[in-house]
Amino acid sequence: MSENLIRIKDLRVSYKTDFETVRAVNGISFDLNKGEVIGLVGETGAGKTTTALSIMRLLPFRTGRIDSGSIEFKGIDMLKVPDSEMRKSYRGEKIGMIFQDPMTALNPVIPVGDQIAEAITHHNKEKLNKAQVESRVEAMLELVGIPAFRKADYPHQFSGGMKQRVVIAIALACEPDLLIADEPTTALDVTIQAQVLAMITELRKKLGMSMILITHDLGIVAQVCDKVAVMYAGELVEQGTLEDIFTGDKHHPYTIGLFGSIPKLNEETDRLETIDGMMPDPTCLPEGCKFSPRCKHCMEICKQSPPVEFIDGKHRIACHLYAAHESN
Amino acid sequence: MFRYVIKRILLLIPIMIGVSFIVFTILNIVPGDPARVILGESATADEVAQLNHELGYDQPFVTRYVNFLKGVITKFDFGTSYRTRDSVLEDILTRIPISFKLASFSILLAICIGIPLGIFSAVKQYSLFDNIARFIGIFMASVPPFWLGMMLIYFFALILHILPSSGVSSLKHYILPSLALAIPYASAIMRFTRSSMLETIRQEYIKTAEAKGIPESRVILNHALRNAALPIITIIGTSFGGLLGGAVVTESVFSLPGLGTLLVTGIRMKDIPVVMGATVFYAFMFGCIMLIVDLLYAFADARIKAKYSK
Repeated sequence: MSENLIRIKDLRVSYKTDFETVRAVNGISFDLNKGEVIGLVGETGAGKTTTALSIMRLLPFRTGRIDSGSIEFKGIDMLKVPDSEMRKSYRGEKIGMIFQDPMTALNPVIPVGDQIAEAITHHNKEKLNKAQVESRVEAMLELVGIPAFRKADYPHQFSGGMKQRVVIAIALACEPDLLIADEPTTALDVTIQAQVLAMITELRKKLGMSMILITHDLGIVAQVCDKVAVMYAGELVEQGTLEDIFTGDKHHPYTIGLFGSIPKLNEETDRLETIDGMMPDPTCLPEGCKFSPRCKHCMEICKQSPPVEFIDGKHRIACHLYAAHESN
Repeated sequence: MFRYVIKRILLLIPIMIGVSFIVFTILNIVPGDPARVILGESATADEVAQLNHELGYDQPFVTRYVNFLKGVITKFDFGTSYRTRDSVLEDILTRIPISFKLASFSILLAICIGIPLGIFSAVKQYSLFDNIARFIGIFMASVPPFWLGMMLIYFFALILHILPSSGVSSLKHYILPSLALAIPYASAIMRFTRSSMLETIRQEYIKTAEAKGIPESRVILNHALRNAALPIITIIGTSFGGLLGGAVVTESVFSLPGLGTLLVTGIRMKDIPVVMGATVFYAFMFGCIMLIVDLLYAFADARIKAKYSK
């Protein structure tokens, strides 16, 4: 089958401050092949962005720390790569990242063209000269649908959707193998969302990139992804192919809750279904299954020991419900 | 942009008229008259009245102020000193180069010390370096400049004999006074740079820059510092203005014949024309510096430039 691009094993990340330790990511594992798209779904605070930043090794310098686990990118252990090497040949070059909020992701005092050019000049594999870099910048802008003459403009002269296009152009400038898109459409309005999403998909196919798409919008996942990983309180509660998650018959109660909170077209509902309760406090996570305090099917064992993964092909569910089922 | 500059320069005129009026009024409210100060306690009332008449001090307040304005506007004449009978304008013009040199050297030194230390402190927040730099910074900001000046004279002039302690005959003479003036300002610039950089470093666009994989020095200097520049430019501008006018103590410690000493002697001797000339000149300089600061804003941030051109 296709070649593996990135493999994350039992990754654990925490943020330490003087007062508390926030355990943001608690042992997640997934892998992604070349050309595939994985959707990382979950509530705000589930640890999605932390996972992305760990791959880029851009966790906040003093507080964020990768405690254990491994991130293998093209067979290389990324956690052992020295920082200078990370800058030189991974960040921006092999892995590009699109940030959530285009309003704040661009430097307000530098023309957008220069911000794109910077990425190209610093990873200059093809030894482009100045004029070639400029024409490359123009090509990138055209690629994301911005007229090339606007390269001298500053971010404040662009609308939100246009800014996100610029951010995408920066991320794609060096044609990375992996694109990490952290809620690329959350800050945009619905019509622009569709445009930007279609553009990302098209460019991804054109350049043959893999993508980790972080979102909490299941609609986007259905459109774009090959694989889905559902994240809750720093753990992957369920992962599988798009079909497994969207049409399979076995699901983690949290996944069922997530899907329940989408309005259905064929039913008349006054209120959307919600999952009762709140995300657990990451400074003091519950024992056993982290979802147990909110789970409708919570059993005695769920409060005591963490669930064993139920595995069916590529479909994995971390829930006692199925583990118990299997052993019967 | 050009129109904005013209507008700002024209705005300086009412400011200077306002400043001159306020200063003139205050000088006249203060008891005592110049002739008495010049002639001393032993002079008779007649002698004092005679001299006051010669100086024109016996005319009413409004007449004297209008005459002053008339002189300045029509002939660019600031009058003559009550005490020395020298032309005020000439007095000021001979002292400007000294004060200006001193202020420029000091501010350059303060920038060269303050900004790099501030950046380094911010990048290595809470490190040993940062803690030491902050401690020294606060210490140096609290030290009175005259004490610093005397200590510098003591070490470099009296003990080591490597630098002159007073006079203005060569550039070497400016080293100690500039240092004495620069150190407190350097610590102020350092603390502003540090806090401004700390705020900027946390912004999202710094993460974008990092994600591009460009060298750290470029992230800090090109992305963070340019955004952190506005408060730093402001503090440098006001410091420079303050240095031009507020170097009085240092000027007297190092016996430099600068503008500060001229102004202070003027005030003490109730030498109204000298004080007026010097303050109007300060107001003008300060206004110009603030204009330059505002123009630098536009240079540093395109958003502000866009506002000016409206």
